[in-house]
Amino acid sequence: MLAIVDYGVGNLYSLSSALKALSVQHCIAKTPEELHMADRIILPGVGAFADAARKLRQSGMQEALVEDVGAGKPVLGICLGMQMLFEASYEYGRHEGLGLIPGEVCPLIDDIEPGLKVPHIGWNRLDIVKDDPLFRYFETGRYVYYVHSYYAKRCREYTLATSDYSIPVTGAVRNGSVYGTQFHPEKSGEAGLMLLKAFVEI
Amino acid sequence: MISKRIIPCLEIRDGRVVKGVNFEGVRDVADPVEMARFYNESGADELVFYDITASFEGRKLFTELLRQVAAQVFIPLTVGGGINSLDDFDRVLRCGADKVSVNSGAIRDPSLIGAAAKRYGDQCVVLSMDIKRVDGAFHLFAKGGREDTGMDALDWAKRGVEHGAGELVVNSIDTDGVRGGFDLELLDAIAERCKVPIIASGGAGCKEDFARLFMHEGMDAGLAASIFHLKQLLIPDLKAFLRESGIEVRL
Repeated sequence: MLAIVDYGVGNLYSLSSALKALSVQHCIAKTPEELHMADRIILPGVGAFADAARKLRQSGMQEALVEDVGAGKPVLGICLGMQMLFEASYEYGRHEGLGLIPGEVCPLIDDIEPGLKVPHIGWNRLDIVKDDPLFRYFETGRYVYYVHSYYAKRCREYTLATSDYSIPVTGAVRNGSVYGTQFHPEKSGEAGLMLLKAFVEI
Repeated sequence: MISKRIIPCLEIRDGRVVKGVNFEGVRDVADPVEMARFYNESGADELVFYDITASFEGRKLFTELLRQVAAQVFIPLTVGGGINSLDDFDRVLRCGADKVSVNSGAIRDPSLIGAAAKRYGDQCVVLSMDIKRVDGAFHLFAKGGREDTGMDALDWAKRGVEHGAGELVVNSIDTDGVRGGFDLELLDAIAERCKVPIIASGGAGCKEDFARLFMHEGMDAGLAASIFHLKQLLIPDLKAFLRESGIEVRL
């Protein structure tokens, strides 16, 4: 059974619907016990980093998640959920992340070409830089849907795929059994569903 | 790079899709859930739903059909119409909307933009504006384009972005329903002042209109209703044409 971590951030309806469309059995985990029962985990998230990280910690789900990663369970962080897997974020000050993937989350605006809009909103091509079972049903160059103003950097060794926004924006990452996507697979049409399908089979 | 977005707009009244011409006289076109699936399969990049129902029953019908769409269609969904409070944001976000568009509600209470941006993030708040030329100036209209607020639309757009609107829908009443092309003069004036994604609305009549739109700097998306609903323009054909014209689109 797959568990979606519910720590009071964001709307899980679309993600749950996407899994349903793929006929993937899943539950919405609100307690560490429910999380421990799962064999794989999706960590969603929208909004501001500091607020979400605090809620994850206070709900007791952070500790449970880190334990499950230690036990080798596959985890997929989506959007802000991915950002929280890193060591730290610089969204309105410095905030500690879970430290499950080396790297930091920094403002796009500091690194992209002047004149480009932030947030980076819309469909962008995802270019695979390192082959992985996550891409079993996905061809490089397909479009995925992004909505974000911060991105993960200093994580080249762990980067699976990037999208061009005058710089290569970190799109998908992996460290061992811990995966993350900056884009929203549950909002990326058929291409996104195929990434979720592959994650469930990992 | 980010591709240009093609967005069909579905105006819903009592659970059915309607589309006015110059905002007067509406006619039924189709079932919204069926239509959303059709657009998803034909390559729409996003869908916008405007709830133009006034009644409580109609509103319940709307959120129910939104849930049905979000359960079947996995592309971004923007919802507007009758958004006057944070509770309204909550109501549609829980049913699977990704972005919420505010219009008259933000004119009545401009602090709604900032409050929503703070709670849900800038990316979630879309400021939608109905704009018409009055005595040589761009005026902001409220109540579905029926009421001239007397406000300068360009100032309003700028203020909206400063308060935290993450995207702008710019609907020109002058070009709406006329099918003579988007209102490029208005759109350029907005793009000069606002550095957030701009969704152009009102006036699309053929694929060349979209090509002309995207040749202008700062235009991110083109929105249209009846030409798509009546299948006078098919999205795969439109996108193939745009790509041939050197415009990046998702195929």
